[in-house]
Amino acid sequence: MSPSVNDRVAGAALGIAAWLCGGISLLILIWVGVEAIPALNNDPGISSLLGDAHWLPGSVREPQFGMLPILAGSVLVTIFSIIPATVAGVGCAVFQRFYAPKWMRTFLRRVLELLAGIPSVVIGFWGLVVLVPILQKWQPPGQSLAAAAIVLAIMILPTVALTASTALKNVSPGLFRAAAALGMGRARTILGVALPTARRGIAGGVILAAARAIGETMAVVMVCGNVAQWPGSIFDPIRPATATIALEMSYATAGHRSVLFALAFFLVLVVGAAVGWIAFRKPSTPHRR
Amino acid sequence: MSSLLKLHPVSAVFGAFLCLNQSCTDSSAVEKITVTGSSTLAPLVADMAGLFEAKNPGIRIDVQAGGSSRGILDASSSLADIGMTSRNLKAGENGLTSHRIALDGIALIVHSQNPVSDLSHDQVISIFTGKTEFWNEGNDRKIVVVNKAEGRGTLEVFLKHFELDSADIDADLIVGENQQAIKTVSGNPLAIGYVSIGAAEYEAANGTPIRLLAVDGVTATSKTVAEGTYPISRPLLLVTKGHAVPAGLTGRFVEFCQSTAVHELIGSHLYVPVRE
Repeated sequence: MSPSVNDRVAGAALGIAAWLCGGISLLILIWVGVEAIPALNNDPGISSLLGDAHWLPGSVREPQFGMLPILAGSVLVTIFSIIPATVAGVGCAVFQRFYAPKWMRTFLRRVLELLAGIPSVVIGFWGLVVLVPILQKWQPPGQSLAAAAIVLAIMILPTVALTASTALKNVSPGLFRAAAALGMGRARTILGVALPTARRGIAGGVILAAARAIGETMAVVMVCGNVAQWPGSIFDPIRPATATIALEMSYATAGHRSVLFALAFFLVLVVGAAVGWIAFRKPSTPHRR
Repeated sequence: MSSLLKLHPVSAVFGAFLCLNQSCTDSSAVEKITVTGSSTLAPLVADMAGLFEAKNPGIRIDVQAGGSSRGILDASSSLADIGMTSRNLKAGENGLTSHRIALDGIALIVHSQNPVSDLSHDQVISIFTGKTEFWNEGNDRKIVVVNKAEGRGTLEVFLKHFELDSADIDADLIVGENQQAIKTVSGNPLAIGYVSIGAAEYEAANGTPIRLLAVDGVTATSKTVAEGTYPISRPLLLVTKGHAVPAGLTGRFVEFCQSTAVHELIGSHLYVPVRE
């Protein structure tokens, strides 16, 4: 067999594999969308999904499917987890790159990788038995937007820190030499040179982390309180879309089931938009100021 | 190295082929019945099936979980020989015979620091609908109502017993499984929730700080459920098509599931055996 034949066979096989991967994601999106059609159409219909005041799919008297508080729950918990995770994660990466001695640099990286590898259900369980009782003594009932945001922040922190660390590592050494030649101090170099140059890599990590936060289910179900409502404060329970699907899908029938698919469809769209934004944003020119 | 790597998939495929062949010849020789339905019941019935298979060689019982409604549908369409359901048959679910194999009581639970040990029927309604907001008259210990998520069997039994609609419940927290409810109540001295009695008894006996509340003076224990004095319970049923105990293997397995031989097993799954 000549190498070119091998090449063609391998190329074809890998091509099929690649198209299969892409095709599966597309098929899932289509399938979720098709399942959601009855809910959006007339059972109970988009006006009910967006207009109903409450989420009471199981009520015999008057079922209601107001999903806005649930979508708001997903967005709120993502925002409130991504802010502390970004501050702590980027801080951690900067310390690791510019301040930590060499042994600590490796140690920190290993610890972060370990944290990234802890299954979400374990972090959720920790949240339920350790974090929630603490919050509950201070601001009852404990299971709340705050508890979910803290648990999620811990889960996505390694993603932010590790991608930020890699982005900082990829900053060209020439820029640092130039900064040194200009007499810039360490803090000035970090703020004026390293972070602006690495900002695309850092932002990419933050978006990935946000996609994970909005899609996370197991840990959130355990600590968010699961009451579908507009929270009056950060210490009120909320219910994100993922928690709703996890709690109700196996028991849902007909219209209710389709409504859950509509929720899933919105969720996939949001995550898809976030990922698409990373993939297709224009490569910016190197930082100049 | 490379030859070793090659050997593995080949032997795996070969092994799978052998297994396939064997199960083919086996299934033609054995008698087989299919049981589908309630995910609450499936683990218990799977254990019963294991015991039954051990006593009756040459028989295979296939147990699949998929929810009570599916169990009822499969039994009436003859897709399965037996359906499992953790609720009573509804109006319109005709042409089936139900066989009670166990009971599951539902206990109201509070934190063990909570001094309350007995609630009346009306007090429970008042608390869960938000009319009673505080544990004490000083109005500083606010009740945290822990409700189950929509569709859970325990929620349905609870609502039916207290003649409530899910829209009437004013919940402070919502949980999924029994374990989550127990963890939530045991971590919150102001909480009240409800769970399967067997699970609550087991946790309370093993030091989890929860108390099972008496309802209208009847204590919540597996014993009072078995005696029929404790009011909030649901039957765990096997359903078969037709109006009599079915003949043959299906009938024998149903009878086995109702016999005293499985009482210990039912207890180990934290449900209450039916004593006639």
